[in-house]
Amino acid sequence: METQGAHISFSHVSVEFDDGADALTACKDVSFTVEPGQAIALIGPSGCGKSTTLRMASGLLEPSEGTVLVNDEPVVRPRQATALIPQDLGLFPWKTVLQNAALGLTIRKVAKREAQERACQALEQVGLQGFERSYPKELSGGMRQRLALARALAMDADLLLMDEPLSAIDALLRESLQDALLDLWLQRGHTQMLVTHSIEEAVYLGQRILVFSERPGTVVADIANPDMGNPEWRDSMAFAEKCLEIRAVLAGGAR
Amino acid sequence: MKPPLLRKIGGYVFAVVFIFAGWWITAVLVNSPALPTPADAVEVLVANADQLVPYFFTSAYRVIVSLVIGTVLAVPIAHVCARSRTLDTLFAPVLYLLYPIPKVVLLPILLVLFGLADAPKIVLISLTVFFQVLVAVRDAVRAIPESAVVAIRSLGGSRFDEYRHVAVPATMPAVFTSLRIGVGTAIAVLFIAEAMAGSTGLGYYIMQSWSMVNYPRMFAGIIAMALLGVVLYALFDIVERRLTRWR
Ligand SMILES: Nc1ncnc2c1ncn2[C@@H]1O[C@H](COP(=O)(O)OP(=O)(O)OP(=O)(O)O)[C@@H](O)[C@H]1O
Ligand SMILES: [Mg+2]
Repeated sequence: METQGAHISFSHVSVEFDDGADALTACKDVSFTVEPGQAIALIGPSGCGKSTTLRMASGLLEPSEGTVLVNDEPVVRPRQATALIPQDLGLFPWKTVLQNAALGLTIRKVAKREAQERACQALEQVGLQGFERSYPKELSGGMRQRLALARALAMDADLLLMDEPLSAIDALLRESLQDALLDLWLQRGHTQMLVTHSIEEAVYLGQRILVFSERPGTVVADIANPDMGNPEWRDSMAFAEKCLEIRAVLAGGAR
Repeated sequence: MKPPLLRKIGGYVFAVVFIFAGWWITAVLVNSPALPTPADAVEVLVANADQLVPYFFTSAYRVIVSLVIGTVLAVPIAHVCARSRTLDTLFAPVLYLLYPIPKVVLLPILLVLFGLADAPKIVLISLTVFFQVLVAVRDAVRAIPESAVVAIRSLGGSRFDEYRHVAVPATMPAVFTSLRIGVGTAIAVLFIAEAMAGSTGLGYYIMQSWSMVNYPRMFAGIIAMALLGVVLYALFDIVERRLTRWR
């Protein structure tokens, strides 16, 4: 299925959390755009507002200042065509694997049959066929992350937002899931925003890499990464150099 | 059939034998007409079946209707209260003051208001069940992780979807746990209500036997009432297990 990607635009976005006595500025003057079909990676120190930025893009949170546009419309609530994989995956322990995978469709009132068919396809794409009737507690950490991915895929979204989706996975499996993410993005052409702590992951999966500063988070660098998309390039010298470049920017931003 | 099932049945057979043996030994040791042996009681149970069976169903009807009414009223109120901070701050103290009061003290008033038939008994048991389910479900709703609600919202879910996909399935086990635990109290209240007023039901039968000084007959009634409790308990236990397969 070919999807036309969504266009994202953040302009001068700030977020303040007002916890009674002390107000906390999570993001300050964040501006960037993502072209349709682009895949960007967001990286930055812990607590700098990456998840907050993603939540705004998904429509779960409104900025205190500035505007967030998806396809030129302000996002005031979750869009039907946006799929978010939250940091904690957002799986429902009381639902089976198949029900979890189909949930996005169920909520969109897709007919049950079709929802199940599409969920099964998505489960197959992430290699979870045969586990439809299991419950999430019966899956390994990596399988759970793949289930969360399957749910997002089944929705056939034009915008895929992921908050450290591979953080709980061991290195080898992580690489194969990164390959899976890359394949899916190449196949489908949706717009993609990936929050990650891993420089390698950002360089492997981001056409552009946005580097955030310490809190209050703002974009300190927007690094083009044109070689991304080629599965072999993980082992190349250029890849290693790109990683070093990002590391240098991150170290600079922390100063 | 499957060995676990066989083992389970074996366990219950052993339990019944154990309880009856204990009763028998106690009866022999106490050696009083007030404590007949199980053999005497079972003999009367069989002989009086034509009277006991309808009473059993009358009592069962009263408890089951009350369990349904109490639950149907408590669950939505618990959800609404737990989800709304204003309502909860308003009603939580009321709830905590009323919950520990034994509702059975209201029986005399209910008898005046509703007469001697089924109504006062059903009202009283429903009230007891209502509070038990209300407290359990309210706590269960409050224990729902915020992340589950956020996940539903991020999928574009409405308020209704939050109930359907999160609040209800997440709290269903608590409903049946509270019902299972509440069966004992419900039957105790049933006994008192039937013993104090009316002329039907197992509670009435037990008290009538007591005033007739017919202890074997009384114990036949007690066995029937115990059976009612066990059946309901087992029923809720099975449903609860089904609903908590995901845990
Ligand atoms: N709902 C909230 N209420 C109050 N403060 C919040 C809330 N959500 C986030 N914050 C604060 O905003 C800041 C940014 O949080 P955010 O989760 O966006 O960071 P992050 O970059 O995703 O960090 P990490 O890499 O550790 O996941 C943090 O200091 C956090 O404590
Ligand atoms: Mg985060």
